[in-house]
Amino acid sequence: MTSPLFSRTTTLFALLLAVPVLVVLGSLLTPQPELWAHLLDTVLADYVRNSLVLALGVGLCSAAIGTLMAWTVARYQFIGRAVVQWLLLLPMAVPAYIMAYSYTGLLDFAGPVQSQLRLWFDWSYGDYYFPEIRSLPGAILMLSLVLYPYVYMLARTAFRQQSGSLLEASRTLGYTPRQHFWLVALPVARPAILTGAALAMMEALADYGTVQYFGVTTFTTGIFRTWFGMGNQLGAAQLSALLCSFVLLLLYLEQWSRRKLKFYQQGQKQQEPSRQSIHGLAGFSLLLLCLLPVMFGFLLPALQLVGWAVERLDQLWSADFMQLLLNSFSLAALTALVTASLALCFAYAKRLSGHWSLVLPVRLAAMGYALPGTVIAIGVMIPLAALDNSIDLWAEQQFGIRTGLLLSGTLVALVLAYTVRFMAVALHSVEAGLMQITPSMDNAARSLGESPVGVLKRVHLPLLKASVLSALLLVFVDVLKELPATLLLRPFNFNTLSVRSYELASDERLADAALPALAIVLIGLIPVILLSRALDSSNRGAQ
Amino acid sequence: MLVLQQVSIAYGQATVVKDVSLTLQQGQIGCLLGPSGCGKTSLLRAIAGFEPVQTGSVVLAGSSLSEPGNMVNPEQRRIGMVFQDFALFPHLTVAQNIAFGLKKKPKAQQQQIVDELLAVVGLPTLGDRYVHQLSGGQQQRVALARALAPEPDVLLLDEPFSGLDADLREALAQDIRAILKQRGISALMVTHDQFEAFAMADQIGVMQHGKLQQWGSAYELYHQPANRFVADFVGHGALLKGEVLADEKVYTALGVFAQTQSNFTAGVAVDLLVRPDDIVHDDQSGFTAKVVSKSFRGSHILYSLELEGAEQVYCLAPSHHNHQLHSRIGIKLELDHLVLFQRL
Repeated sequence: MTSPLFSRTTTLFALLLAVPVLVVLGSLLTPQPELWAHLLDTVLADYVRNSLVLALGVGLCSAAIGTLMAWTVARYQFIGRAVVQWLLLLPMAVPAYIMAYSYTGLLDFAGPVQSQLRLWFDWSYGDYYFPEIRSLPGAILMLSLVLYPYVYMLARTAFRQQSGSLLEASRTLGYTPRQHFWLVALPVARPAILTGAALAMMEALADYGTVQYFGVTTFTTGIFRTWFGMGNQLGAAQLSALLCSFVLLLLYLEQWSRRKLKFYQQGQKQQEPSRQSIHGLAGFSLLLLCLLPVMFGFLLPALQLVGWAVERLDQLWSADFMQLLLNSFSLAALTALVTASLALCFAYAKRLSGHWSLVLPVRLAAMGYALPGTVIAIGVMIPLAALDNSIDLWAEQQFGIRTGLLLSGTLVALVLAYTVRFMAVALHSVEAGLMQITPSMDNAARSLGESPVGVLKRVHLPLLKASVLSALLLVFVDVLKELPATLLLRPFNFNTLSVRSYELASDERLADAALPALAIVLIGLIPVILLSRALDSSNRGAQ
Repeated sequence: MLVLQQVSIAYGQATVVKDVSLTLQQGQIGCLLGPSGCGKTSLLRAIAGFEPVQTGSVVLAGSSLSEPGNMVNPEQRRIGMVFQDFALFPHLTVAQNIAFGLKKKPKAQQQQIVDELLAVVGLPTLGDRYVHQLSGGQQQRVALARALAPEPDVLLLDEPFSGLDADLREALAQDIRAILKQRGISALMVTHDQFEAFAMADQIGVMQHGKLQQWGSAYELYHQPANRFVADFVGHGALLKGEVLADEKVYTALGVFAQTQSNFTAGVAVDLLVRPDDIVHDDQSGFTAKVVSKSFRGSHILYSLELEGAEQVYCLAPSHHNHQLHSRIGIKLELDHLVLFQRL
């Protein structure tokens, strides 16, 4: 099984996936003083300030919402708790850019909220102040509402895993339950909360759709502008590299917190803390409190989308929409297959050799999950264009034929970018599955008379099936939701659900954008449901 | 002094502790011993203030802590506790854990207490470590130091050794007993392991089905068990059928014995408790028994023997008395006092 060919091919593929990151970072080696002088004079300060405020704001808000919800659900027993604890995951299904224009539709001058207010109070235009959702605080709110589940999930697990005896220990040492929360429960859950917040902040930095739609200039919009507006590809790559440095900082924070998490949750699985029962009105208020994020993060925008979609139901059977579905699904399915197969190769190669020459490239390849889609798109585009140009040149010199853009304008570029972006998701799933198969199982099967191929077929395949399926599904859904890389890299006139929905919304055709957006949200629900079931069963397993 | 008066505890309809009364003197180490589900942990948690009592009262140093409908909060009880899972705070260092209950003392004094306790539990250099960097036995010591720091009136220990390796348990039990004795601290421990109870406690309470069956020293529990359950739960033993004769002596398959206290009158059918160390191997004896099984215990061999009438007893013989299975050996019953129960 440890054929050198297999491990060399795997290393090659892993290095290939690491190319975009290296290209972006490598762009810093070619200084561009004029561009940077220009950026410094004009927009760079805005990019930095807005991106940082956005990331910090989203980090704080999602940490606050997620922690509050996690504590309520983990420590109190109230009416509807069992349902609400998975409803709280629903906002994950809504991409932030879809939130952004749903809320714009809800809250703008002609939208239902302001119309109703005018009707009630007999106001007319200019009579009243209404906060502008299309702003930096608005973007923070939109992103926090869909990203808080990261914190919620991790913090809920952390609070649940805190042994009930911690509270009792605090009390025998002279502290009230309230003091215990601030002195022990919260600090012990801090690594989990930080990890979740770091993930939310990475997503916030990666966001393009929301900030672009709200007219907030950040790094991601700046990269688009430098690429398309100024035609400066190297400059775009350098801006990407700068953005990367922020992201890497967050990545470090996340990894560091995760390490701490392991220590904090060591040897503390004794007794599940008992939930305090809250009855009557107080219990009902807790239910309402937990429903707030669900309502604002899922129900309201989803209802708005449904409302619009019903108006345009005739579109459902149109050839245009069918084409969108076909494009999106085939692209997502293709990417899922490629990514999961590569992940399987990487995971096996790592298991078989464990040598640094293999582990390192695989780790590099899996780093893409932290990087914004925009950055990866740039990192894919530059080397592919260079490759195309040299092939073109070579073909012209040799045969007098011009080949033009062989790769960079095609689906190859798009699939490559997706694979880089979502490799970590697939790898994580597959490695978790592979971990269940201990080396002694291989030995046991061999000693019972199975050949290596037989072991693969009769032991590994059945055990890995579930995790490979979940890798396929997760990548499939992520590709459907992805916006910025698709916008940058799609072949001319090739539209997907996300791109079409986004373009229509940008043209202020919100109602027309609803149907593709709704399709994305509905498909996005599938992994959320699977996730909530997985969380439930792992919590049962812990008991 | 800790006094429990007629304490009952119930969860909903199920009463888990019934009418338990006991007194723990200042400086004494007590232990609640019993099989799992006997209510011993519930009783400990009621003393700590985590469970309300349904009837009766918990009185510490003259003031009532728990009565039906009236409960002092755990944080106001001055009762320390060492938890089964230690419940050390993972985000704090060892020193910070120990200082956790000392918030009302000035910093300098806190430091002094922490240093002193670290020395007492034998970890003087580990104050700056985090909990996850310690071994199980070290964590146990830190948990003890943390509970002792606020100088509680009584210390509760919930199955304190259950998470540790067998060889570590005995050493730690002796260390902890020495520390408690030296500082004159009253303590009440809960365990299901009688050897832990013997190693730690002055007074042991055996519990079953929520009732305190007997409260006494280890010697009393072993040699003067109050009832069949205690006789069976503490130590090895067999019950030999007997009959009280006209002269109030007891006739058994291994001879006739005088009652230590004349509890049973002539004609009553009784069971006599026979411990393995009561049966002495003696080749001259007129009584013989067949070896049914044997288990080697190092210095001794524990034999299961079958008497003529198919009754079985245990015999603890020095291990150079090595007899074959199914062989017959001579035995005699040597009793200081008789433990008799009326036959059921």
